[in-house]
Amino acid sequence: MSFDYGKYIRPGKLPHIWCPGCGHGIVMKGLIRALDSLGVDKNKTAIVSGIGCASRLPGYLDFCTLHTTHGRAAAFATGIKMAKPEMNVICVGGDGDGVAIGGNHFIHACRRNIDITYLIMNNNIYGMTGGQFSPTTPTGAKASTTPYGNPDPPFDIAKLAIGAGATFVARGTAYHANQIDKLLVEAIRHKGFSVVEILDSCPTTYGRRNRFKSVVEMMNQLKEIAVSVKAAEHMSPEQLQGKVLTGVLYRENKAEYVDEYQKVIRAAREDVE
Amino acid sequence: MGKIAFLQGNEACAYGALYAGCRFFAGYPITPSTEVAEVMAKELPKMGGKFIQMEDEIGAMAAVIGASLTGVKSLTATSGPGFSLKQENLGYACITEIPCVIVNVMRGGPSTGMPTGPSQSDVMQAKWGTHGDHPSICIVPASVQELFTETVRAFNLSEKYRTPVTVMPDEIVGHMRERVEIPEPGVIPVFDRVPPAVAPDQYMPYDTRFGNIPPLASFGSEYRFHVTGLNKAEDGFPTTRSDIVQKEEERQLRKIDNNIDDIVTYEEYLLDDAEVAIVAFGSTARSARFAVREARKAGIRAGLFRIITYWPFPEKQISALAGKVRAIITPEMNLGMTYYEVSRCAAGKAPVHGLFRVDGEPINPGQIHAKIKEALR
Repeated sequence: MSFDYGKYIRPGKLPHIWCPGCGHGIVMKGLIRALDSLGVDKNKTAIVSGIGCASRLPGYLDFCTLHTTHGRAAAFATGIKMAKPEMNVICVGGDGDGVAIGGNHFIHACRRNIDITYLIMNNNIYGMTGGQFSPTTPTGAKASTTPYGNPDPPFDIAKLAIGAGATFVARGTAYHANQIDKLLVEAIRHKGFSVVEILDSCPTTYGRRNRFKSVVEMMNQLKEIAVSVKAAEHMSPEQLQGKVLTGVLYRENKAEYVDEYQKVIRAAREDVE
Repeated sequence: MGKIAFLQGNEACAYGALYAGCRFFAGYPITPSTEVAEVMAKELPKMGGKFIQMEDEIGAMAAVIGASLTGVKSLTATSGPGFSLKQENLGYACITEIPCVIVNVMRGGPSTGMPTGPSQSDVMQAKWGTHGDHPSICIVPASVQELFTETVRAFNLSEKYRTPVTVMPDEIVGHMRERVEIPEPGVIPVFDRVPPAVAPDQYMPYDTRFGNIPPLASFGSEYRFHVTGLNKAEDGFPTTRSDIVQKEEERQLRKIDNNIDDIVTYEEYLLDDAEVAIVAFGSTARSARFAVREARKAGIRAGLFRIITYWPFPEKQISALAGKVRAIITPEMNLGMTYYEVSRCAAGKAPVHGLFRVDGEPINPGQIHAKIKEALR
């Protein structure tokens, strides 16, 4: 029997706003499968987003959903998790939302290692506003605000997250649909701040400007550049040129923020006595 | 019998928040408001509450809204430049109708201005600072005691009307130390937000069948719902339907406008027979009170109208006052914000004389006294 996505989709909220060929729907299905296999309580699960195409995802799902301001998802989510630690808190959003305007909140959520999962759909572009370059747009790529090619070097989101202190970092692609839920299951189970970056594609505002002939070609590129962490162990630096590692990239057990604050509460109470 | 304490204004503000049931604080250090955060950092964990120092002012405002959405009363405190940064998510709290309290201890400015100098120049920002039409409740205490009790009232109004409320002492009120009476719990009534009266499958976060202020459920309860900063319909989901957007935006103003008399507070001092009225607030009202007494000694029938709730502005009262006096004086530590509002309400019924000071020094009674004489000349 095929998987029943319907029990997690809010009635009447589809079709979604995403363009044909966009990978966000694939990622959303991966998230649904992950939440299903974890058996989470819908009432105890908050899905928080910022602004952008990817950030419209929570509205479709039947959980406690919060569509906030541009870049601020991690900060809103921090308030929810601190105030109600028993909730599962998941942030979703795009690259511009997460690591440009929201970069400060993102790195500090990593640093605190608060028990939140951040799912970031990286399509290398500001899609909703019509295709301006983002902090992950490759150097040289065309965007509506880089008509002569992008002079900016891009962020590596996974490296940024690891450097900032996230204790679980994974990467997948929209092509490798069956891996998305598996990465998310591990991320959500992980105690601490977990980041799952899914390389995604925006045929409408990125593909057309950058000589991709079709959605299939964009998807194929995701397939071609992805190398699993395991496979990479047996590859030379030359062979890894232009490739992107996928799978679980980093994992560490470290004190989690809400737990640490419980120690503060105990210390404050002892102080009173 | 309550407790008598000798507190700084900012400390009293924090204790007022705790009295009101605040159990979450997110903030960012900024002079001259930091003592609010310091007291919350110390006191909240003792009560099992949570304090977090965020990476910036924007994040602090966001965390406060997130926490409040789980049903926990939440506070942030800041000053001028930080208040500017709060505006983005203050607007979010307005349109999503999530209760929270923002303390803005007013310092000189624009921009970095005079971080340790007093000012009253953020009152317009409290109403117009975030983009779009939205309701505003703003309270301007004038004493340490009032900073305590008005912070309790701010939480009550916020919960009752499902809207952010700003408490804005000037730096002098925030940093002065005075005797404060902290009543026993329950002496000052504390209002908690109204829970939903329908089953979870019937719940809508902006359900106007329950009036202009629909009940707000909490994240993590059995009620699941969607919250967005987009214009939304009663069910909480985004809409661009013009009839719904218009109706919803009007309702958000109406929930305040229909309850002006419940919200607006002020104090009248020797106004019954006054020929000249001073309209002032915060620490400036303290100088004004002194000036009124001095004027009375000199045979001038002066009186004071002290604004306690700045927004909604006491329009009705100022309009009536303008019909009774020969002149109105508006001393304030800005370049004419209250003057502008009072002139609008007075509508030519009485001349309005401004007395403005933005040099980081308080307006002293002598200046006001001189202005009284000038106005009656």
